[in-house]
Amino acid sequence: MTGVIDYRAYLPAYRLDAQEVAGALGGTARGSRVVASFDQDTTTLGVEAALPLAPVARAAAASLWFATTAPVYAEKANAPTIHAALDLPPDIPAVDLGATPRSGLLALMSAARDGGLAVLADMRGGAVGGVDERTGGDGSAAVLFGTGDIVAEVVATGSTTAEFLDRWRAPGETTIRSWEERFGESRYLELTRRLLEQLEKQGVNPRGVARFAVVGGNARAARSATALLTSLTAASAQEAGMLGQVGDLGAARAGFALAALLDAAAPDELLVLVSLADGADALVLRTTAAIADHPTRLPVTAPDERVVVSYPQFLVWRGRVEAETPRRPEPERPSAPYAWRNRQFKHALHGGRCDHCGAVQLPVPAVCYRCRHSGPFTPVDASGQTARIVTATVDRLAFSPNPPLMSAVVQFEGGGRIQCELTDVRKPPAVGDLVRPTFRRGATLNGIHNYAWKARPVAAPAPGEEASDGPAQPE
Amino acid sequence: MAQHSLSDRVAIIAMGCSTFAEHFDSGADRLAVDVVEETLAGAGLTAQDVDAYWLGTYVSGISGIALAKPLRLKGKPVTRVENMCATGSEALRAACYAVASGAVDVAMAVGVEKLKDTGWAGLVSPKIQDDGTRVNTSAPANFSFLAPAYEARYSVPREDFRRAMTHVAWKNHANGALNPRAQFRKEISKAAIDASPQVAGALGVLDCSGVADGAAAAIVVRAEDAHLYTDKPLYVKALALVTGNGAGVPDESYDFTSFPEVVECARNAYAQSGITDPRSQLALAEVHDCFTPTEIVLMEDLGFADRGRAWQDVLDGRFDRDGELPVNPDGGLKSFGHPVGASGLRMIFECWLQLRGEAGDRQLPTAHRGLGLTQNLGGAPGECVCFIAVVGTTPGLAPARPTGPEEGA
Repeated sequence: MTGVIDYRAYLPAYRLDAQEVAGALGGTARGSRVVASFDQDTTTLGVEAALPLAPVARAAAASLWFATTAPVYAEKANAPTIHAALDLPPDIPAVDLGATPRSGLLALMSAARDGGLAVLADMRGGAVGGVDERTGGDGSAAVLFGTGDIVAEVVATGSTTAEFLDRWRAPGETTIRSWEERFGESRYLELTRRLLEQLEKQGVNPRGVARFAVVGGNARAARSATALLTSLTAASAQEAGMLGQVGDLGAARAGFALAALLDAAAPDELLVLVSLADGADALVLRTTAAIADHPTRLPVTAPDERVVVSYPQFLVWRGRVEAETPRRPEPERPSAPYAWRNRQFKHALHGGRCDHCGAVQLPVPAVCYRCRHSGPFTPVDASGQTARIVTATVDRLAFSPNPPLMSAVVQFEGGGRIQCELTDVRKPPAVGDLVRPTFRRGATLNGIHNYAWKARPVAAPAPGEEASDGPAQPE
Repeated sequence: MAQHSLSDRVAIIAMGCSTFAEHFDSGADRLAVDVVEETLAGAGLTAQDVDAYWLGTYVSGISGIALAKPLRLKGKPVTRVENMCATGSEALRAACYAVASGAVDVAMAVGVEKLKDTGWAGLVSPKIQDDGTRVNTSAPANFSFLAPAYEARYSVPREDFRRAMTHVAWKNHANGALNPRAQFRKEISKAAIDASPQVAGALGVLDCSGVADGAAAAIVVRAEDAHLYTDKPLYVKALALVTGNGAGVPDESYDFTSFPEVVECARNAYAQSGITDPRSQLALAEVHDCFTPTEIVLMEDLGFADRGRAWQDVLDGRFDRDGELPVNPDGGLKSFGHPVGASGLRMIFECWLQLRGEAGDRQLPTAHRGLGLTQNLGGAPGECVCFIAVVGTTPGLAPARPTGPEEGA
């Protein structure tokens, strides 16, 4: 029986006020959206959501399906970067789905069919000051399907397709264009009815549905489809209320909607997730008894963990406006063969423990610094560990895409120290601060994105509480 | 297997040093030719009289041709050496070893650096191709790691450590103000130092050494030949080099409050030269004050101050020009400037002037303390190269205590 083993969702810490955007051009707007940091992209967002699932996925995942409307590379695939950061086994496919909102549900559906890991990540934008820019959002979700200890069984999947113009964008462009919403609305309602017939043929009785969610970029169509489903199922729609604070997460939205359904569900509930994007797609699940004890996974960001960014800062981060950089040379582009040789450290943050003296070192050195034996070294995974700052600095001279560059020497709880960059820093770093590794994008040189593990602060836990670092690691 | 002292086997018989400055009108070739000619003139030699040359340069030339070509040397062995900020000292070390081995009679060490052609802020180091996992921190950022670690280890209030850093900058600028070759010849108030724009961590612009172009050179011969060239040679008492193994970051016992390489190197240099109490035996020390916290930590690593106390000793003026042990009386990297390949030889040059009584306005009372120490540091806390030399005016072991009355100290 294939089903959902576990799922995660991630939201970056930064928020942009819609009024900031609208006000810049003399308008007014309400609400806010989530914004990814300057060193995040859809690949790193995907890693962020999926990292807590990695230990189980390494043994269980038969495939990796990556969905985004904003792929970092073209020509070169992006899923392998996620595959490497999660240290998944080499003997599985890692697939980039096409760069459309539809890819979100299709990733879930594909992973549901073969017991894979679906990673959905997006960063949404639009014309400067426009509706899409201020109502889009950045975030990611990961869902691991498989057999065994599952929280929800896959009951059915369905898809219908039609060619019509509703929303479109040329590759490389930011601005999304759209036809009159009413045209798309009527097409999507037709497609939804057809989809429901398809599901009924698979034994899904609308009256048995406990919860459902509809996602799609055509807001009017999504509302009408929600009304249709409400009338047919007598169930309540999930995901309401989130859009105004987080924004439409594009291809990642289906993952968030699924997380919302599962978070809210009781055992033995039938859940339907519908995506309206150049067709209508559905994933139907039935929760198991295990859902009762399963922790909720939707990120809850405390207000004091949100960092409000200005609209100019957002535009700089998005590369829409160029900012001044320090009068320092850019770093060299990273070497592909070197990165390949060092992939266990560079991409997976693995090191080794000296079998002779026990000293942990990242990456694995040729010779142990402590006992001078040249191994062997037992692999050590630092990617899920916490660490403490040994010493730190704020570097206003170094080249950085977002000066100043912050760096620290950090000591992992399981042993081993590295020097790394700090990110998502809210107050000046201090000796002894608790941090956690996070996979981020460094400088881009010659079109090569230099991915690197950084460290971000973890809020000090109150007595008896688990350490919390906001939305990122809801484990 | 052991390292042996070459103490008193070789002597420096002539030195030269350019002004350290933004020499926008001179290239590395011009700087090299001028300093070599100045140095040769001091010994009454010609370029062809020198049997072998070592050129120390960090970024301003590749191979010995970078020196042989501007000098148009004929048939001479010329080698370029590089060991980060110890590059100039490395050239001296090679020249001394060549003479001590008997391979040559006269050897010359030349340090040259042209840094002001890049147009970038600060020092730009050569890039070795890597995979982008090395953090791209600047030199001031790497050395700024010292301050928070030191404050935490010794429970020194941040303001107190800041005052000590300011004192180092203030002292070295005051010293450099008296030095006609220094890049910055102006005293700077402590208030101005405290208020200088931030660069990295606790470091402001005025906590950082000057980026300069410059050159310095020394001619080395066998000790017994020294008086053929000068009445006042400087005998080489110790040449010590320790190259770190880069374990500072991985080694969990390293806490960024010391340079273990310097501690080891000092032990070696003191053994070579017979120094047992550097603070009372040395007339002066020229140390690698690349950034103000570096000089504070070096006072402890070199045995000039007790652990956790250097910041207080600095504030008490013990290393001022009129203090117990004057440190960087020529202004140091801080105000003399830091053309990397020349700096080590520039430090020796200050010993040359001070110990021979030729330091002019900033002359120290060296008559009864005839030993000077120079120390270079290249790299970063946790991963560095350290060089230490001791030079003296007379052959023989260092006197256990100064033999005469202390003047002014």
